Amino acid sequence: MTTILGVPTAALFGQLLLGLINGSFYAILSLGLAVIFGLLNIINFTHGAQYMMGAFVAWMLLNWAGLGYWWALLIAPIAVGITGVILERNLISQLASNDKIRSLLFVISAILTFLLCYVGIGWSEGTSLAAALLVGAVFGAVWAHVARERISTAEGHVDHLYGLLLTFGLALIIQGLFRNAYGSSGLPYQIPRELTGGQNFGFMFMPNYRGWVVVASLVVCLATWFVIEKTRLGAYLRAATENPTLTQAFGINVPRLVTITYGFGVGLAALAGVLAAPIYSVNPNMGADLIIVVFAVVVIGGMGSILGSIVTGFGLGLIEGLTKVFYPEASSTVIFIIMAIVLLIKPAGLFGRAA
Amino acid sequence: MKLKSLLVACAIAALSAGAAQAQVSVKIGVLNDRSGLYADISGEGSVIAARMAAEDFKAKEKGINVEIVSADHQNKPDVGSNIARQWYDNEGVDVIMDVPTSSVALAVNQITKDKNKIFINSGAASSDLTGPQCTPNTVHWTYDTVMLANGTGGAMVKAGGDTWFFLTADYAFGHALERDTTAVVVKNGGKVLGSVKTPFPGQDFSSFLLQAQASKAKVIGLANAGGDTINSIKQAGEFGITQAGQKLAGLLVFSSDVKALGLQTAQGLVLTESFYWDLNDQTREFSKRFAARNNGKMPTMVQAGVYAGLLHYLKAVEATKSKDTATIMAKMKEMPTDDPLFGKGTIRVDGRKMHDAYLFEVKKPSESKGEWDLYKLISTIPAEQAFRPLDQGNCPLVKKS
Repeated sequence: MTTILGVPTAALFGQLLLGLINGSFYAILSLGLAVIFGLLNIINFTHGAQYMMGAFVAWMLLNWAGLGYWWALLIAPIAVGITGVILERNLISQLASNDKIRSLLFVISAILTFLLCYVGIGWSEGTSLAAALLVGAVFGAVWAHVARERISTAEGHVDHLYGLLLTFGLALIIQGLFRNAYGSSGLPYQIPRELTGGQNFGFMFMPNYRGWVVVASLVVCLATWFVIEKTRLGAYLRAATENPTLTQAFGINVPRLVTITYGFGVGLAALAGVLAAPIYSVNPNMGADLIIVVFAVVVIGGMGSILGSIVTGFGLGLIEGLTKVFYPEASSTVIFIIMAIVLLIKPAGLFGRAA
Repeated sequence: MKLKSLLVACAIAALSAGAAQAQVSVKIGVLNDRSGLYADISGEGSVIAARMAAEDFKAKEKGINVEIVSADHQNKPDVGSNIARQWYDNEGVDVIMDVPTSSVALAVNQITKDKNKIFINSGAASSDLTGPQCTPNTVHWTYDTVMLANGTGGAMVKAGGDTWFFLTADYAFGHALERDTTAVVVKNGGKVLGSVKTPFPGQDFSSFLLQAQASKAKVIGLANAGGDTINSIKQAGEFGITQAGQKLAGLLVFSSDVKALGLQTAQGLVLTESFYWDLNDQTREFSKRFAARNNGKMPTMVQAGVYAGLLHYLKAVEATKSKDTATIMAKMKEMPTDDPLFGKGTIRVDGRKMHDAYLFEVKKPSESKGEWDLYKLISTIPAEQAFRPLDQGNCPLVKKS
């Protein structure tokens, strides 16, 4: 048997393939982050929690509504995307607004609704949370309508730090609520029947489901890249990133574009969550464990670079896979070592434009 | 629900405060993981168990005022050490209980000795707590790596699994579990072909599982716990490793993990525990009361250990009418233990609590009669065979006596 550095080549191929699979999760998640950062200039720390929510929504659909994996792939990203849109409208975009009443109204009405549903009526945490978000959104929208004369969103971007702190806080709240409701050890979710079993490649046994994950993530990543770089909608998005004021002057509704983009980025996270549900345990910490690595991926790829996030996502998956063969103890740190090196040599990231 | 019961408890406490004149006040600190991967094994459930122990003991009527505080050590030795010091130095805590995650437990073990307080550990596994690191101030209650190795490891080797490969969580606990299981495997004529240290906590174990598969070992020993074990077992099934004939040995699997895996995935798994809610009438009675207060979740052996450990401590306080560390520790070790969850037992001079361990097999979905009907009992391992003999642990306390 041929070997490379004492590791049989066959085993090495297997490990590379596994690296690619993990890379596909990094790619989808970092793509969502890159899209959000590129357009909104917001470092979305809630991303991990939204990935986790995707997995939980899949579980809820199966256990409460009897809808299986394929429905979850469709519904979970939409449902979680909607919660993302509500948060963006009422909290994140309000950071730049001169009117803080909308956020305040949203938070207060949401908390009151949550308490009413959870403590008063005795609904589960998940349902109460959904109800709270909806009621909050209604109050927020009504206020925005009533006070539309006085509200103006400030030009340009607010400091990254505010968005980061806000989304980080939201992530902690969401994770805490889910942990309280479902515990930390997680929930079972089976691989869909169509994708059980696997192929024997000779050098390794490849589960069908993992193959599906790679294909699905490649398709989603390429489609996203295509939409943003090659279509008219994508051109609007890029224009709005470049100069929001001017784009607005051309009659394009930039705030709506921003909201939709955030919802889309969040939907990507939820999609990754559904893909992960059958192979990782569905637990409230699943996102928190992953998000730091994904941020490193985004930083290495270049903040906001779409292609960069996809390529580095897959690439770092491969490197991590190799580390697991040669020196497993370092496999959780290797990405950060690479990040440090990249930041020293090319501070804007491998694919980023220098500011 | 929780809020209401808390208010009621406060009201009762306020009313009864004047009635019984407390002679001894003890403060118990439950220190464990309340937010991470071990939160379901210990967490708030351990605090509930401690409260139930104080209530069932009727501490108040016996003139013992029990106050229970809790904190989250986040599985980090530095965080755990800080809380322990703060509790002992500034907040008058007399006993620290639970403390899962061996690295944190070993740190708290040392601090407790320096401050001359009492540490009743239930959650941690490392047998070093009653081995080289043993102190006169620590009792290790529920289980340890030697018990797990003797139980699951011994059973697997006897069933023909004589070659092993380990997936080891890369910290104190994983290392201890691998070491102790290796000893059992070798003693029974088996061989260890290799091991891989996995970063803790981990998500994806497929690379490591493939390495285990390539080793051609008959048994893959999972020297990890909680979410790590859940992911390893799930992914081993996915990669067809178990179907291809290699056996998984979940060296530390809790009932909460089995619940998270689902019987479909976990069926047939052999595991060792020292407590299961459905063992006998007494454990069932306790567990149902416990579940009613814990969102319907049955107690794990760690939570049961907190209950039993506190009960025994309170008995010692009642008997000696004191809370002097040396007096209490002497009494706890001299007095045989007897509680509804672990039955009769003793505490050895090295701090090891002696009781039987049980070898379970996870039921098939068709055999399970209810949501929490998870295990069938294969055999009972007598305490003397389950735990390490007193003279083999290199505990300095033993040499002296």
